[in-house]
Amino acid sequence: MRWKWIIPAVYIFFLLLPIYWLLNMSLKTNSEILSVFSLWPQNLTFDNYRVIFTDPSWYSGYINSMIYVSMNVVISVSCALPAAYAFSRYSFVGDKHLFFWLLTNRMAPPAVFALPFFQLYSSIGLFDTHIAVALAHCLFNIPLSVWILEGFMSGIPKEIDETAFVDGYSWPHFFVKIFIPNIASGIGVTAFFCFMFSWVELLLARTLTAVNAKPISAIMTRTVSASGLDWGVLAAAGILTILPGALVIWFVRNHIAKGFALGRV
Amino acid sequence: MIAKQVNQKAWFMVLPVFLVVAVSAIIPLMTVVNYSVQDTFGNNQFFWVGMDWFRDLLASDRFHDAFLRQISFSAIILAIEIPLGIAIALAMPKKGWGVPVCLISMALPLLIPWNVVGTIWQIFGRVDIGLLGHTLAAMGIDYNYTQDPVAAWITIIIMDVWHWTSLVVLLCYAGLCSIPDAYYQAAKIDGASRISVFRYIQLPKMQRVLLIAVLLRFMDSFMIYTEPFVITGGGPGNSTTFMSIDLVKMAIGQFDLGPAAAMSLIYFLVILLLSWVFFTVMSNIGEESSNGGS
Repeated sequence: MRWKWIIPAVYIFFLLLPIYWLLNMSLKTNSEILSVFSLWPQNLTFDNYRVIFTDPSWYSGYINSMIYVSMNVVISVSCALPAAYAFSRYSFVGDKHLFFWLLTNRMAPPAVFALPFFQLYSSIGLFDTHIAVALAHCLFNIPLSVWILEGFMSGIPKEIDETAFVDGYSWPHFFVKIFIPNIASGIGVTAFFCFMFSWVELLLARTLTAVNAKPISAIMTRTVSASGLDWGVLAAAGILTILPGALVIWFVRNHIAKGFALGRV
Repeated sequence: MIAKQVNQKAWFMVLPVFLVVAVSAIIPLMTVVNYSVQDTFGNNQFFWVGMDWFRDLLASDRFHDAFLRQISFSAIILAIEIPLGIAIALAMPKKGWGVPVCLISMALPLLIPWNVVGTIWQIFGRVDIGLLGHTLAAMGIDYNYTQDPVAAWITIIIMDVWHWTSLVVLLCYAGLCSIPDAYYQAAKIDGASRISVFRYIQLPKMQRVLLIAVLLRFMDSFMIYTEPFVITGGGPGNSTTFMSIDLVKMAIGQFDLGPAAAMSLIYFLVILLLSWVFFTVMSNIGEESSNGGS
């Protein structure tokens, strides 16, 4: 068993290789990409990144994505908190059916919803706004949040609630002052998953936006289909979309394993 | 397990979630149902056609082919990712500096936007500028995912393994971490072999997370859209046109609202049925293990 570490090491190498290749390309000029095949950039250049940071049609995409992702995380977590509490503490008419119905929305293919969403949000004048995308992503993020948070809350002993009520706390006061601090890491993990699924989703975000709220991922696909592929800029844009995710992982690194273990899963 | 308190007021706490999800799920779904039973000549004039779209669709080769491709894709993905994920999770370090390194680098592909995953592999597999394509070409292997259906399938499968095996690994790892050391010590005293430790201690403890992993991987691979769309666009020919790609082509590309709506409903019902089966199996297993434990 001494050589067991080889397996994860090879796997991580396999994971990082394509990402390294993207990074490598983002630091080359376009002519170098197409003419010379090399494992590292011969003439290191940051021009591709400069294009993205100076051209509003590029960097606005990152801002748009960030806006709707954070809106979605806030909406999902704040709606899901009381609901998850209800599911974990009480039984009520139709609770199991409601829970299963919520989960089916997590499993609904976004392709099914693309066209109806487009028509719904167009008809109420929300087309091409950040809130439209944030609400659309709630479709799968709220059920997921309820699912994860319910797992965390069930792990908190009921005696905490009862003691607080005996001490004369009102429910909202108890919830904010005592309960939420107790499941802080659960909220962190939930926010991580909401961020992740909203950040990576393309189909709905692309369908619901045109100019003002266009996410970075949609801008990238547009560049692919447009004439004259600029591989270097495309690679740089890709690297920049990986960064927020990497930062989020860094902040929750201690919670991930714990969250997976304590939470629903 | 302590019985939960019965309290109908809990509905008030669930209400916000219920409203948001109802608005964003039921209204669109009704639109789809509406389209699936009507035909249009444009100008917003609709007339009733009943079940015609469903009958046409279920009889069409196009739907059969897309469905078959989708099922085979999901089956291949599960057959590769689940055993691979278990193997890697078993080999991961339990403590020390290796743990954060593994967790962070393995979680990385999960947080890359799906179209960027597609772009990465599109570039990586290209013969002229990609490392993989270039290396294979240098080894004399004829590989071109834009021309050859087999190469396109292999590329998409490898990409999915790259993208999602980590999820299985992380889930299984969490399951393994929840096994107390005492179990292993007991097994050591009994002189249990490596295989029986896996069979009688680790596998039962991972059962629950494995079911969740299978469920998530099945659902997500069944709905896959973005990555094959970016890499192959459904081609060459129709060889990688999965259900979602076909559906979006129909609905937004050709604007065939009727057939697209009918297909949406059938697609959704298939997923609903399968997830209900999974859900039932999962909750049964959960009850069995909690009964067995007490």
